[in-house]
Amino acid sequence: MPPDHNVDDYVDAPAPHRHGGPLRVGLGGPVGSGKTALAAALCRTLGAEYDLAVVTNDIYTTEDADFLRRNAVLPDDRIEAVQTGCCPHTAIRDDITANLDAVELLESRHPGLELVLVESGGDNLTASFSYGLVDVQVFVVDVAGGDKVPRKGGPGVTAADLLVVNKTDLAPLVGADLGVMRRDADAVRGGRPTLLVSLREDPTAAAVADWVREQVRVRGAAGADTTRA
Amino acid sequence: MTAALLTLADSRLPAGGHTHSGGVEQAIAAGVVHDPATLSAFLRRRLHTSGAVAAGLAAAACGADPTTLVRLDQEADARTPSPALRAASRQQGRGLVRVGRRAWPSPAWDDLPERPHHALALGVAAHAGGLLPRDAAAAAAYLSVSGPATAAQRLLAMDPLAVAALTARLAAEIDAVAAVDGVPAAADPLLDLLAEVHAARKDRFFAS
Repeated sequence: MPPDHNVDDYVDAPAPHRHGGPLRVGLGGPVGSGKTALAAALCRTLGAEYDLAVVTNDIYTTEDADFLRRNAVLPDDRIEAVQTGCCPHTAIRDDITANLDAVELLESRHPGLELVLVESGGDNLTASFSYGLVDVQVFVVDVAGGDKVPRKGGPGVTAADLLVVNKTDLAPLVGADLGVMRRDADAVRGGRPTLLVSLREDPTAAAVADWVREQVRVRGAAGADTTRA
Repeated sequence: MTAALLTLADSRLPAGGHTHSGGVEQAIAAGVVHDPATLSAFLRRRLHTSGAVAAGLAAAACGADPTTLVRLDQEADARTPSPALRAASRQQGRGLVRVGRRAWPSPAWDDLPERPHHALALGVAAHAGGLLPRDAAAAAAYLSVSGPATAAQRLLAMDPLAVAALTARLAAEIDAVAAVDGVPAAADPLLDLLAEVHAARKDRFFAS
């Protein structure tokens, strides 16, 4: 590399996953684990506290956006659906352009935006968000997928800022041991938090909402960003 | 110089290209494309119409002054009768500007509108990357077939080797299109109609 080309000139100064503007929270996880239900719950619980919006990357077109609209958790102009070209994983990790476009559109439409939930399309355990797109990410798995899921690991389970194990109410029905899931998750997550929840029993997702509030408090909401030049 | 061109034309450059099918999603829905032979015909048709226009615009935009860039953006509109295709082109242009500013810093980016036509962004990126107009045209012509080719592969679960071979065999034609002087006004009503029908669908995987 010639001396006048320093890598540092091209790479932004390290910021702790902070993009400025609203806090962007990624919600990822396998199909059917409850990502959309969690997004809806967070909208209901946090919608009165924060100026918020949702970007959805549903694997099949606008299914999730329609779900959110039907449930009237957010007005239409606060939901943007992204077409992922059959590759939901690519759209949140490898080429995040379409998602950045959606976030920018929501920001321009709602200048006071404080919180954007970016819901991934259903994928597998290797799916994770690029930190170029989100500030923090939540990975959602469910008990019905088997109590071995946390042990199998994968970037979502091991490295997400929050792991949510949903559908704890089904544990007795599918013979899943919640203690095993908790222990296995703790073993691979290096101290990062895990929440065991049942969105059916608690449609407000109170524990997850508390975690999101803490992220907003620690990392700052709209206009409070000081980490990016 | 070659490496910059390879980077610009690399489908993995994060400029949003993977979310656009270049009309092939609707061509498949309409039965126009269903196997390697019909895909090849579609790609050639696209190459010689919108591909040729994009190549001409990209070459003209490479090193152009601000006034010329404004005129070229209008010329791109004039050559793109379908509102859906205009929007798709500007969406991809926006994506390329976003990554291009980071990859190849240059004051020329400020001469473009926020959402320029994709071909103009290609021209500016090529110039900022130290490339020549013919390189910009080559990238535009190549991308006009590589995008829809991989989209068709995903949608029809085609043999990726067959699709790669089909794209590779178009190399000479792509080069010939990239070498054309000026900005042609080649139009294809089928592509325009497919794009308009596609944009109105709710059950689509691709943005265009």
